[in-house]
Amino acid sequence: MVSVLLLFAPVAAALFVPMLARRVKAVHTGWFVLAVPLLLFIYYLGYLPSVSDGRTHIAELPWIPSYGISFVSYIDGLSLLFSLLITGIGSLVVLYSIFYLDKTKERLGNFYVYLLMFMTAMLGVVQSDNVISLYLFWELTSISSFLLIGYWYTRDRSRYGALKSMMITVFGGLMMLGGFILLYLMGGTFSIRELIGMAPELVQHPLFTWALVLVLLGAFTKSAQFPFYIWLPDAMEAPTPVSAYLHSATMVKAGLYLVARFTPIFAASELWVWMVTSIGVLTLFWGSFFAVKQTDLKGILAFSTVSQLGLIMSLLGAAAGAFHAEGAAGTIFKFAGFAAIFHLFNHAAFKGSLFMIAGIVDHETGTRDIRKLGGLMALMPVSFTIALIGSLSMAGLPPFGGFLSKELFLTGMLSLRQLDLFAPASWGTILLVAAWIASVFTFIYSLYFVLRTFTGKHKPDELPKQAHEAPAGMLIAPGILAVIVIAVFFIPNVIGKWIVKPAVAAVQPFLFDSPAAVDVHVAAWHGGLTPELTMTIGVVLVGLLLFWLLPKWQGLYGLAPEALSLNKLYDASMYLAEGGANRLSRTYMGGLIRNYLIYMFTGIVIIILGSLVAKDAFAISFEGLSPVGPAEIGLILVLIAAATTTLIARKRLTAIISLGAVGYTVALLFVVFKAPDLALTQLAIETVSVALFLLAFYHLPKMSRHDEKRKFRIGNAIVAGAVGLMMSLLAMSSVSQRALPSISEFYKETVHSEAGGGNIVNVILVDYRGFDTLFEIAVLSIAAIGIIGMIRLRLTRKEDGHEKQ
Amino acid sequence: MKNSDVIIQTTTKVVFFMIFLFSIHIFFAGHYTPGGGFVGGLLTASAIVLLLLAFDIQTVRKALPFNYTVIIAIGLLLALGTASASILFDVPFFTHAYDDFRLPLFGLTSLHSAMMFDLGVYLVVVGATMTIILSIGSDD
Amino acid sequence: MEIIMSVIIGFLFAGAVYLMLSRSLLRVIIGTGLLSHGAHLLILTMGGFGGDAPPVLTDGVTDFVDPLPQALILTAIVISFGVTAFFLVMAYRAYQELETDNMKLLKGNDEYD
Repeated sequence: MVSVLLLFAPVAAALFVPMLARRVKAVHTGWFVLAVPLLLFIYYLGYLPSVSDGRTHIAELPWIPSYGISFVSYIDGLSLLFSLLITGIGSLVVLYSIFYLDKTKERLGNFYVYLLMFMTAMLGVVQSDNVISLYLFWELTSISSFLLIGYWYTRDRSRYGALKSMMITVFGGLMMLGGFILLYLMGGTFSIRELIGMAPELVQHPLFTWALVLVLLGAFTKSAQFPFYIWLPDAMEAPTPVSAYLHSATMVKAGLYLVARFTPIFAASELWVWMVTSIGVLTLFWGSFFAVKQTDLKGILAFSTVSQLGLIMSLLGAAAGAFHAEGAAGTIFKFAGFAAIFHLFNHAAFKGSLFMIAGIVDHETGTRDIRKLGGLMALMPVSFTIALIGSLSMAGLPPFGGFLSKELFLTGMLSLRQLDLFAPASWGTILLVAAWIASVFTFIYSLYFVLRTFTGKHKPDELPKQAHEAPAGMLIAPGILAVIVIAVFFIPNVIGKWIVKPAVAAVQPFLFDSPAAVDVHVAAWHGGLTPELTMTIGVVLVGLLLFWLLPKWQGLYGLAPEALSLNKLYDASMYLAEGGANRLSRTYMGGLIRNYLIYMFTGIVIIILGSLVAKDAFAISFEGLSPVGPAEIGLILVLIAAATTTLIARKRLTAIISLGAVGYTVALLFVVFKAPDLALTQLAIETVSVALFLLAFYHLPKMSRHDEKRKFRIGNAIVAGAVGLMMSLLAMSSVSQRALPSISEFYKETVHSEAGGGNIVNVILVDYRGFDTLFEIAVLSIAAIGIIGMIRLRLTRKEDGHEKQ
Repeated sequence: MKNSDVIIQTTTKVVFFMIFLFSIHIFFAGHYTPGGGFVGGLLTASAIVLLLLAFDIQTVRKALPFNYTVIIAIGLLLALGTASASILFDVPFFTHAYDDFRLPLFGLTSLHSAMMFDLGVYLVVVGATMTIILSIGSDD
Repeated sequence: MEIIMSVIIGFLFAGAVYLMLSRSLLRVIIGTGLLSHGAHLLILTMGGFGGDAPPVLTDGVTDFVDPLPQALILTAIVISFGVTAFFLVMAYRAYQELETDNMKLLKGNDEYD
């Protein structure tokens, strides 16, 4: 229970942020916000001992029990690793943002509200065991990412990037929801744990492949896999703390999380292994290849993130492949899962620090264009050191954490060759070669990033600002990450035992039944020239050579036709969709409300009269009718007279008063029909309404028919007559035949015993159907607020600058 | 809308309290006999409207210095709070509770959490109606 | 009685729709008001007029009028008040700003997207 409520702690804290941002000007709002992820981080650390023993913790908060939908906090190795990343990197990012965002110039309230909202969403994604609440949190991450990318919303690029990321990730999210619903249809449960238990039966199901593809679409769009990666480079318009947090360390890893979480279900499918691995390697290759083309520091990092995500994705595919290998736990196949989780951890550390350095460079020099930068080593020595550590770890060199996970990655790729799962046996070799080439380019862009920025010739004339070292506070967060990057190299097995192995046990339950069973020992030196080490040496040699020759071949990138790129495809399809929708709408949206009403009323008449005829549903029966008394006759005559007066009135006062008369007559009819509550309400409402009309009377236009032509009137009369006829027939049919008994019997029986009331109508309103009433008063409030808005806010055309443009 | 008919004003003062008390009665009686938050709220609002018609907006504003938008907010929060309070007792959203209590002065009284919800409805109806009327009335 | 009411409802709906289709803004608003009266009576009629007593628990009475339509209508009455008020203000604000209540002139022009 507590751990479920803690999921909502960040968003609850967000409620106070706007107030703090507005009232407490002296202190940067970030200092208050920092407490939230930090405390949560410490709380989640407390789970480490028990989770590394293989225990899991589950807490549930029912949400819609009748559909089996609930908020669940399920903490096992995998979700704990992610929770620690989210809160840990979250704390560092908030700390960094305190120095990055100026407290006087930026709208900090917005920023931190979005950030905290994201934190809740992301924690919810990784801890939810219920797929529906998982989906809910998943979309919330897309929305908060949209808001954060568009944080500087006056910039065109920001808005474009925000919309693009939203379009692609929400598309994927909807596909994923479809996959979840298919899983529910197959397994009859929304719980992931229960679905995993049913995995052997699910594989047989005809819908299985559909569910697999749909879930993968969700994962691939979120984790920026080929060809959906195009949103990630544009997402770099976000403030750098956001890029470091959402777009490298956490949100983009949600797709990886999804794949990892669902591996126990889908691993039995060869298609899953094939798709995840191939798309992963393709993305790895594509991302690393095009990273060298970029000239924007954050652009390089974005493409490198794409490629690293592909790397982890391919490892997860290989980890699923282990399902198909004979006795995998004892062979080379056992490494892939470990490698995936281990690299996920390493990547969060080094990429986070690199993004922060990119932000620092931007902040202190005023540009992120690598062509203008250079020679900053002497001016920013601390930043340079941190950047060097991060880059070399990314390149896969010792003594940094990235070296170890790169070696394990190569092992995982080597293992694929031994898997006889692929139709052409050479496929495993192709993947291996592609992975190796990608590693070469990874090496190149790592050097490209750090050396072009910090070494070479300093060009102070091209920089908008005088470059100098960043303030100490800004360097703390990347510094801590750099220390972790080095520490991982020296104590990989400690990290492995506490963090990686529990997660691996959750991803590959078919191999390991407990974290202790994960028999992987990481070592930097295996006492000889292993194939992996040979490959790494090859990467370094070829990489150095190519980097040295870079100015000679970088021009090749210009040869690729811009018009055929995926970005152009996206832009063109958006343009066509908008233009097409616009043209289509204009054919029937002429702007005249009368025409719209005609469409609607005619449509309703056709549908209802049509179904009355088609279903032979019309019936009229004179049996069992209630008697007609003199009072009713009198009231009905008054009603007809009043309604007719309203219809033909030439003066507005007459029309208003006769409308009031209709209302009062209806109230009296309610009395006759034994509805005291209605009669009272109608009387009171009618009084208030008449007062309202009279108050507004002074402002109202005079009644005029505005020279309506005869044809116009006749057309209206026909439609009006048809609607009236339809309503009469409908009412007659419904009173003449009762297919179903009224559900009111239940209310009548239980009103005293269950609800403890006497007035059934009121009890229905406040108890049985309280939800309706809640929304109703909300609507009433909105109407009132809308009216205030219309009357008090006088934005006329002359005053409103927006209209003038 | 300046009205200075003394007879109307004096009568209105009396009638206002009659309608107002009646609306309170109807509100409290709503769970067992006809009435409830909607009707109670509307009657209270119409009592105030009556004052508006007999006097003028400034006088009524002075006599009843409420911010009606705040009343809407209180009402909505009360209704939502009553509905969500059930979560804390580990029962589904919107589960109401009631019991009979022996209170001093009132004797055996049935207290019902639905009454709190209805009070929220009452406040929203009064607040919204008065907001609408006053906004229109004070516009020139 | 139910059959008579059905005819009346048809009449109210026809009148309301005719008013709503006209060119004067005020008539459109009055039309919506009339429409909601018709709808309330429709719901009540569809529930039937059977039953001896109002749906309030009283000793010795078991045959109540169907309470559900009444609850629905109660909600609808209050909502329609809110909506009518909203329309009314929107209409007179539009009239103030644009100085016409002719629906044909209020349709905007093609320059706005």
